Amino acid sequence: MNNLNKTKSAKSTLIVILSLFAFWGLLLLVENLNLFIPNVPKLFTPTSKLFMVLRKVIVYCLIAVSLNLLNGFTGLFSLGHAGFMLLGAYTFAILTTPISLKVPEDGIFYKYGGSVVNFSLQESFGAIFGTTGAGGTISLILGVLFALVIAGCIAALFAYLIGLPVLRLKSDYLAIATLGFAEIIRTIFQCEVIKLPGGGELVLGKLTNGANMIKGFPTLNSFNVVNSAGQTTLYLSTVVPAIIVSVCIVIIVLLINSTYGRSFKAIRDDEIAAEAMGINLAKHKILSFCISAFFAGVGGALYAMFATTYQAKPFTSVLTYEILLIVVIGGIGSVSGSCIGSFLYIACSEWWLRFLDEPQVVAGYQVPLLKDGFRMVVFSIVIMIVVLFFRKGIMGTKELPDLFKFKKPKLKGKVSDNAE
Amino acid sequence: MQSLITTLLTGISVGGQYALIAIGYTMVYGILRLINFAHGDVFMVSGMLLIFLSASLPMTVVIPIIIIATVILGFLIERAAYLPLREAPRMSVMISAIGVSYLLQNVITYLTGGQPMTYPTIPFLAQTVSVLGTKQTVATLITLPMVIVLVLLLTTLINHTKIGMAMRAVSKDFETSRLMGIKINNVISVTFVIGSLLAAIGSVLYFSNYPKIVAVSGALPGLKAFVAAVFGGIGSIPGAVIGAFIIGICENLIKATSYSVFSDAFTFAVLVVVLIFRPTGIFGEKTVDKV
Repeated sequence: MNNLNKTKSAKSTLIVILSLFAFWGLLLLVENLNLFIPNVPKLFTPTSKLFMVLRKVIVYCLIAVSLNLLNGFTGLFSLGHAGFMLLGAYTFAILTTPISLKVPEDGIFYKYGGSVVNFSLQESFGAIFGTTGAGGTISLILGVLFALVIAGCIAALFAYLIGLPVLRLKSDYLAIATLGFAEIIRTIFQCEVIKLPGGGELVLGKLTNGANMIKGFPTLNSFNVVNSAGQTTLYLSTVVPAIIVSVCIVIIVLLINSTYGRSFKAIRDDEIAAEAMGINLAKHKILSFCISAFFAGVGGALYAMFATTYQAKPFTSVLTYEILLIVVIGGIGSVSGSCIGSFLYIACSEWWLRFLDEPQVVAGYQVPLLKDGFRMVVFSIVIMIVVLFFRKGIMGTKELPDLFKFKKPKLKGKVSDNAE
Repeated sequence: MQSLITTLLTGISVGGQYALIAIGYTMVYGILRLINFAHGDVFMVSGMLLIFLSASLPMTVVIPIIIIATVILGFLIERAAYLPLREAPRMSVMISAIGVSYLLQNVITYLTGGQPMTYPTIPFLAQTVSVLGTKQTVATLITLPMVIVLVLLLTTLINHTKIGMAMRAVSKDFETSRLMGIKINNVISVTFVIGSLLAAIGSVLYFSNYPKIVAVSGALPGLKAFVAAVFGGIGSIPGAVIGAFIIGICENLIKATSYSVFSDAFTFAVLVVVLIFRPTGIFGEKTVDKV
């Protein structure tokens, strides 16, 4: 019996790994089509809407899955995700902006006479591996990876500190307290100078650049391979984040299927019963909170790379609501649902409905109502329809592989979808 | 001294305006256990309607019309977006509320083209009166008495009428009160009507302090009022009113110091501290876990 299970799980692991490689390969191939085929359709050029949307979707997948780990699998209703994303994005941006941009007094930190962080990770690695050719690539990749990990760790550290007092709260109180913390974090990062009671000053701007923009750090386009003439010879700007995000999501899935994951689900289904079964509530809750924040931090850093410039302003609670919408539309408690949800949400809002923003003439008839902003009206109506008619989201609590199983359903206790 | 009086009076008036919104949050929460994220946007739509209508109608006609329109809006939102989800998990209803909030904001952005709209001066509210040597607008002074009157009316309604009794019963136990023959949907509609009515009055008072409003203007006061409701113990009307006054006054005191950028953050910091010591707010009922 045990052996059978082992071979079965080995088989499914193999399938997962193969499909991941197939996915990466496909992305790589499609993005580079224009290098082999001269007149490729406009859709498949690397600067097209498709790839813009794909990159954003990839980043949102990770953030949505990390929120799902907390809301869907542990039953902790947190609205603080924007704060953790912001921490990750700032950490990343501060650590990787080149010295030449942030240290000089007339650089991007000109208001504060340069940044206090007088190194950047990829340049520090550059000193070891060299800055040109293969050495340059290695130091870029190492720098970015290290910065991503540190970004996640900083977010997780803050999550730990916030979680200690806050995780004692129940459902809606927890939600509003985490939302409050996210807003506090944002205000602190936007602030320039804190006057200390003793008369001193803490110039936060030297670290965070106040409410101003940070730019110049490696973006997703930095992964493209460029020849000496400045032409791109291999586009990697979608594949590399896809690999990073898939690895993160695989780690989350492994976690969910581990003993810890089962404890998380037990806490979600019934806290008191879980405690009676010997699960340490405080420990597991904070663990889930920190892990979720870690990946939100990494996601935030990737978001900064996607957006190419960075400031604290857009990281309000609206961003958290957006991600919560994605998670719920995909299905609370379904990892693949979150990914599908991200794709549909972003493709719908940024790509498929785009035509609604411009006046259109169909068969000589001027379509009424179409002007700037109509897209979002239609989009929100679509969301309302989905919310009202697909109450469990697109996937419910199922995962993508479950859809291909045609066996009779296993006798399993029905998972209650009410987290109470 | 004079600036302190101004700060306190402004604080009390802002607190009163938050209180009017917070009552809507807290009543809906008490009955449906739903954080009505759309409430702040109903508040904003009410302000926008006043702008649209005041272009062609005199103010004395406009204000009653927008109050009625906001009440109808609140009623329709409940019927269209929350009623179908009565049996659904709580999360779905809340997402529906976020969806409504999104929809209202986007419709207003579409109608205004995303431009800030100038809020008209309401002659009666803009008059200045001198109080202890400071000049105050009527809008600032009228809020406190108005809130007191409205809250007294509301408590009378809740404690001494049949519908009020039904509301109390529903907030105690949804299922049992349904078995006792209370028409749940009517009670919930009345709750939304009252919430929207107070939000409309609040919006007239609140926005008259601001020159321009945009589609997201409702978000911040909405959030603050919600914080006030949580602060006082969500579900409790006196809690919401007191919480709103505390937050309004504290916020304005902070704004008067050199830490003014932290006034919003401070609101949340106070909330977190209160929740740590009293996990269900100041007047919140202690929840007992049943196995």
